[in-house]
Amino acid sequence: MSFLAITRATLAKDIRLEWRSKDAINAMLFFSLLVVVIFSFAFDPTAEESRRIAGGLVWVAFLFAAIVALNQTWARELRNQVLDAYRVSPAPAIPLFISKAVGNFVFVAVLEALMTPLFIAFYKLRALGPAWQLLPIALLGTWALVVNGTFFAAMSLRTRAREIMLPLLLFPLSIPALLGMVNSTTAVLTGESSPTFWIALLVAYDVVFTVACLLLFETVLEAE
Amino acid sequence: MKHGFTVLAVITAVLLSFALYTALVMAPVEQTMGNVYRIFYYHVPSAIVAFGLFFINFGASLVYLIRRNTKADMLALVCAEVGVVFCTVNLITGSIWARPVWGIWWTWDMRLTLTLVLWLIYVSYLVLRRFSTSSQTALLAAVLAIFGALDVPLVYFSIWFFRTQHPSPVMGGGGSLDPHMGYALLLNFVAFAFLAWLVCWTRYRLEVAQRAVHEAEAMQSLMEGAR
Repeated sequence: MSFLAITRATLAKDIRLEWRSKDAINAMLFFSLLVVVIFSFAFDPTAEESRRIAGGLVWVAFLFAAIVALNQTWARELRNQVLDAYRVSPAPAIPLFISKAVGNFVFVAVLEALMTPLFIAFYKLRALGPAWQLLPIALLGTWALVVNGTFFAAMSLRTRAREIMLPLLLFPLSIPALLGMVNSTTAVLTGESSPTFWIALLVAYDVVFTVACLLLFETVLEAE
Repeated sequence: MKHGFTVLAVITAVLLSFALYTALVMAPVEQTMGNVYRIFYYHVPSAIVAFGLFFINFGASLVYLIRRNTKADMLALVCAEVGVVFCTVNLITGSIWARPVWGIWWTWDMRLTLTLVLWLIYVSYLVLRRFSTSSQTALLAAVLAIFGALDVPLVYFSIWFFRTQHPSPVMGGGGSLDPHMGYALLLNFVAFAFLAWLVCWTRYRLEVAQRAVHEAEAMQSLMEGAR
């Protein structure tokens, strides 16, 4: 099978599985809804304040929620030794990684699309800067989360307490990406500064870690 | 080999005591901060040593990924562990100094934040090593070390920009350094480097012994199983 065919087959399988069970997406939606509500109670912000904190809030909610999807990425393949079958199959590892990362990207993007209206309503948000810039920020930020998340989820398979291991590995490394997402979002919402530097940082982060993940994924997959 | 270790231990002890003397007695009192500043003689060397060890960890991890050399892996582990210890010393002494001088225990200043993030990355490295059930822990750890090293410049730029946007307290000093202070600082750095070397060596020997014990145990249970 060609590179593209493997990617497409794995991706289609994952999306079909998720479409039928809706396990990850439901858990993520409910979780981020809870975050929205709890933060709203905790800070009780005015429209002006929420513009300042919303960038951080939104991304923290998505970051924690994304862990749900990321954790099940590979755990699902452990049942019936599917992952072992992948390993012994002659198919290269890279398309497997790409399909998993793209799958997670789709799940988290759907979550974001569904949650954004709620955030806007609950926090009375209105961007004072150019709002269209939020779209590239969301795309770059989501990719930054899922590319390393997918990689480290594969790594945390090989540990005890696998579910808690993923955030422990992922969060420290994600700090620059998180700073980029939060600050660029805040810059657009408040309109006080330019998000250009932060968007460039996100691009750099995405490029560096996408390349690193692609180069090193096979090593991690083969590690027993 | 055993002789070398003793010699190193003696040199380290002598250097550390003399460095302590220069730091506490020989170096003059600082103009604005008074005696409080003397903690710098521990604070700065521990930072340099920690960063040096993290750098060695990266190099050793790279060597392990390419050559699959067990010694490189043990070196990486030892450097990460000892580096985290020195980094912790750096963070704590910094905090102790900041309280009387800045009036606060902690501020999200660029250097503090950068050090803290580095500390977090290497702690997560150690957590991975501890929690791994893989027979190829060394490989996974080496991969994580590479990711951590790739992250450092990104962390640096993001925090640099993050902090230059906001006002931050001015780091102490500027101005010229008394030659005695420079001398004491250099001496303390050398002493700390020797201490780090000594601790790393000890830890390395411990790791070698531990692995030998593990291997022997595995062998024994294998033999019993065969019987």
